[in-house]
Amino acid sequence: MTALTQSKPITLKDRLSALFRRPAKDYAHPYTGGLLLGLVLFAAFFFTGNGLGASGGLNRYLVLVEDAIAPEHVDRTPYLLKLAGGDKNPLDDWVVMVVVGAMIGGFVAGWLNGRLKIETNKGPNITARQRWFFAFLGGAIMGYGARMARGCTSGLALSGGAVLSVGAWAFMFAVFGGAYMLAYFVRKLWL
Amino acid sequence: MNFPLPSLLTTSADNPWSYLAFLAIGFAFGYVLEISGFGNSQKLAAQFYFTELTVLKVMFGAIVTAMALIFTMVGLGILDYGQIYVNTTYLWPMIVGGLIMGVGFIIGGFCPGTSLVGMVTGKLDALFFVLGVLFGIFLFGETEIYFDHWWQNSGYLGRFTLMDWLNLPTGVVVTLVVAMALFMFWGAEQLERLFGKRDLAKEPKLRLAGGAALLAVAVGVILIGSPTTEQKYARLAPAKDAALANRETQIVPAELFHTMYDNTLQLVMLDVRSEADYNLFHLRGARRISPAEVKTLVPELIAHAAPNRVIVVMSNDETAATEAWKTLVAEAVPNVYILEGGVNNWLAFFGKDELAITPTPSAPPETLRFAFAAALGDRYEASAPSPIEYEALEYEPKIKLQLQRDKSGGGCG
Repeated sequence: MTALTQSKPITLKDRLSALFRRPAKDYAHPYTGGLLLGLVLFAAFFFTGNGLGASGGLNRYLVLVEDAIAPEHVDRTPYLLKLAGGDKNPLDDWVVMVVVGAMIGGFVAGWLNGRLKIETNKGPNITARQRWFFAFLGGAIMGYGARMARGCTSGLALSGGAVLSVGAWAFMFAVFGGAYMLAYFVRKLWL
Repeated sequence: MNFPLPSLLTTSADNPWSYLAFLAIGFAFGYVLEISGFGNSQKLAAQFYFTELTVLKVMFGAIVTAMALIFTMVGLGILDYGQIYVNTTYLWPMIVGGLIMGVGFIIGGFCPGTSLVGMVTGKLDALFFVLGVLFGIFLFGETEIYFDHWWQNSGYLGRFTLMDWLNLPTGVVVTLVVAMALFMFWGAEQLERLFGKRDLAKEPKLRLAGGAALLAVAVGVILIGSPTTEQKYARLAPAKDAALANRETQIVPAELFHTMYDNTLQLVMLDVRSEADYNLFHLRGARRISPAEVKTLVPELIAHAAPNRVIVVMSNDETAATEAWKTLVAEAVPNVYILEGGVNNWLAFFGKDELAITPTPSAPPETLRFAFAAALGDRYEASAPSPIEYEALEYEPKIKLQLQRDKSGGGCG
């Protein structure tokens, strides 16, 4: 970055674009990642009694918006009622802060390791637009399934798995099972 | 100090530190997901084509690491498992939801947590995935009403752990899970060698030591064993003995009476007296349990804990009830109270006008100080006094519902 400062004054745009031009480092070894993630998960349980989560946080932000647009509808829908009925604040939950933290943490990690890059990761045989479409479709399916299972990969499989919940283990094998069953048929998306 | 920290069990504006703590946990979570490569959908999808099983290694690695540490701390009596949120089991919604999520995973290439990390590191496919997740969640909220009964009840097992299911001690279950994970790691490496053409000789040797260390910790959990009820109570004793001495947990008969007719509360009355006394007289709806068997009720009480459930234990006086109270409190059963002065005190108030019940003042402690015309059990009027007759009773209410760890939307909030 020092090279930039020599010739002309640095603008905000330069600073921002520099964020995306750091040399990319390799990802951590999977076992190192697992160990570190395990330590984070342990710390979460040890200090707060709660594990980690993601989809629940997104859910609560969404319900906040729904409650602002159509409060009567929220008060009539049993599922939404529990989260934001009456004067309940849907953001009044630990997972909301975890989601904010995760986004900041992910950004900082990407920045320090030179992996901030506007791009689309996809298999070689589909276009970026196709990949976006399937990402949206997959996301919608996943969001629906996550709420049905009362948790996502982090909130149920990871957290519940570590504290030995039977439902969490059944869920985890179901996720892998569902993905492996379909993987062959959608290989064009990835291979 | 007791862990988890009581001040961090829930976030609240009264305690701004709790926001910061969860923000810090989230930060570390996002950071580790990113450096593990979970912001990259191709790396995630590779799991399902056997070329790179990073997802399995990181997930199971994290689960067994956290599990081994959690149950070591529980065994040493530093961490209270009763205070830890164990995802409530709704078996069928979880299996069906899991299958649906698996389909979404292989089509979309992320899961909700990883997509957030992908999005903030500039991956456009992750951005579309996040929008999709929000849409899917929205759809669920709108359609849940059509299968509400199934979603709320199917395969509901409450707080149900692998230990309850397999009927094995904690340490054994922890060791089995570690062994399974190590086997899966081995299998994953073989698959990577065959499908991903990975050279296993280049893998760090340290991973073998790590696996051995994990197994050693798991065996350690077996050797430590679980803390006994007495040990658990000893840890809580300073606070709980003070509460007993300050009479914070003893409710007067009038409060119990009002609780019986309070539709917002779910009352469970446990009568720890002898069967003979119970048959002579008991409160209507009270369940008899011998003092020695109180502990056997704990799994049931924990599994079906509701935020508005109040448990009241009673004996003829207070001594036996207090012992039962200590057992339940040590096992982290929430909202447990003692009937002040026991059944004798109840009868002194509600039984004074009943002709079939006559006081016999000189009796040793923890015996009934009343004589009954017949062993009518709960068919005396004093067993369920009329709410009309005793409408206005004055007392200092003591029941305060403890905040439950229950989350309306499940583990993910």
